[in-house]
Amino acid sequence: MSRRIKHGFIYIFLIILCFFSLFPIMWMLVSATNTTVDILSGRLIPGTALLDNLSTVVNDYNLYGALWNSFRNASCLSLLSLIICSMAGYGFEIYRDRKKDIVMQIVLVGMMVPMISIVIPLYRMFSEVGMLNTMGACILPTISTPFLIFLFRQNSRSFPREIIQSARIDGLNEIQIFFRMYMPIMKPTYATALTITFMNAWNAYLWPNIVLLDNKEFTMPIMLAYLMTGYRMDYGAILLCVTCCTLPTIIIFLLLQKSFVNGVAGSVKG
Amino acid sequence: MIYSKKMTLGQRHSLAGWAFLAPAVILIIVFMFYPILQAFFTSLQSGNANSMVWSGLSNYHRMLSDPKLKTAVINTLIFAVWQVPIMLGMALLLAGILNNSKIKFKPVFRTILFLPCTMSLVAYAIVFKLMFATNGIVNGLLLNLGVIDQAINFLGDTFWAKFVLILSLIWRWVGYNMIFYITGLTNIDNTLYEAAQIDGASSVQAFRHITIPMLRPVILLTIIMATNGNLQLFDEPYNLTAGGPGNATISISEYIYEVAFKSVPDFGYACAIGFALMVVIAVLIILQMKVGDSDE
Repeated sequence: MSRRIKHGFIYIFLIILCFFSLFPIMWMLVSATNTTVDILSGRLIPGTALLDNLSTVVNDYNLYGALWNSFRNASCLSLLSLIICSMAGYGFEIYRDRKKDIVMQIVLVGMMVPMISIVIPLYRMFSEVGMLNTMGACILPTISTPFLIFLFRQNSRSFPREIIQSARIDGLNEIQIFFRMYMPIMKPTYATALTITFMNAWNAYLWPNIVLLDNKEFTMPIMLAYLMTGYRMDYGAILLCVTCCTLPTIIIFLLLQKSFVNGVAGSVKG
Repeated sequence: MIYSKKMTLGQRHSLAGWAFLAPAVILIIVFMFYPILQAFFTSLQSGNANSMVWSGLSNYHRMLSDPKLKTAVINTLIFAVWQVPIMLGMALLLAGILNNSKIKFKPVFRTILFLPCTMSLVAYAIVFKLMFATNGIVNGLLLNLGVIDQAINFLGDTFWAKFVLILSLIWRWVGYNMIFYITGLTNIDNTLYEAAQIDGASSVQAFRHITIPMLRPVILLTIIMATNGNLQLFDEPYNLTAGGPGNATISISEYIYEVAFKSVPDFGYACAIGFALMVVIAVLIILQMKVGDSDE
């Protein structure tokens, strides 16, 4: 078989898979602009019902509230998570000794713990202190994750030790070294960690769904799931909500694609 | 007090290190390790949340003869057996193709294939649910193309519901695993392939005898992640099929959630299943890692 024909087949194969990959997303986007009737009749081109759908969604479903909650929770979680986990990764690697390595091993065991196994004790814990339906309850359990600590520890290996030495000679204390030297130099790692953490927080469902019971505190995924239990299913409006939940993460991914891929890759190079 | 001037520089630095890692470690202890202990104690108790009494291993006994749990376990196994090999096989094939330097527009293909991964699990579960509805777009297209004579009730049929669920999982995760393989492939020395080509190896042979062996650690990692993810499946069955029809697609996590938070909450029994699940996952990961090590 000539090389040209072979390549032709490969391109056809790739294009078919890309079609399947894109179809549900395109269908979601297109349907957000169509009425339920059009969607059910199989319309695959953009329509004119976008504004109608938007007003349904805004009036009946508290879309802006859910978007804001998602954004607020994900931002606060990411900020805290990045600071705390990067400090830990830095501590484990730069001040490395035998005892700290043992602690690190124990932390890594945490990677195997499924969320579903601990949601009941966590739920009772937050319920006892009266913190159900709060952002705190939603984000506290996932601020410190073994994965992020691991990511920062691995990446701290490439942080030049001479910088620490000379900073100490210049009279900076350990905390100043971390904030003034380490953080600026490690920007790429922070970008990676930010994309992963923000997207995970934005998409989180299991735990928020258990702890956020009041629809004033609903995040996007919870609101979406809630919409589907409705008596009357407005396809156009629902798919507009799904689009609103998805577009931010797609945009973040397209903008920060490199950091995201690095994050995935970071766990491979290990 | 502890940070006294009498300490040596080394001791002081060691202490600074502990201070840096303390917040993260304390959070993990409070919100992960302590709950695990709690979960274990709760699993030894029965009754409703406010008046629990010790009941020994009765919750674990109950697991052995619970038909619904058995269904959930079997479902999870079915999902894993179909999803993991097909998904990883496709990811590997795509990575192999996209690592070929002669293919054009590689970044475009890679981006498109990864795009499903940016969707929240709930969001894509809903999109699939609406697409595969009896009056949905998939039935519409199949009818128009003449593939089927009458609409298939995808989500109301035990076979098709499983099929749609597995299909959606593959759709969401192929690109994710592909990225791992592409990264692994870029670490392989290109001269290996050149040497193979000179020796007259076909690209399929090169793939089998160079790519796969060199990717072993990454493949192992993706197998572990995929199995682990499968065992913890929740968002998709909960939102796509609601575990139905009947219990045809109920997953272990979904069942735990049901026992704990639906109708009559039974925290003790839910914790017992959750604890058992955690042990199973830990054992599987350790086994898979051992297998990976011993083969080298």
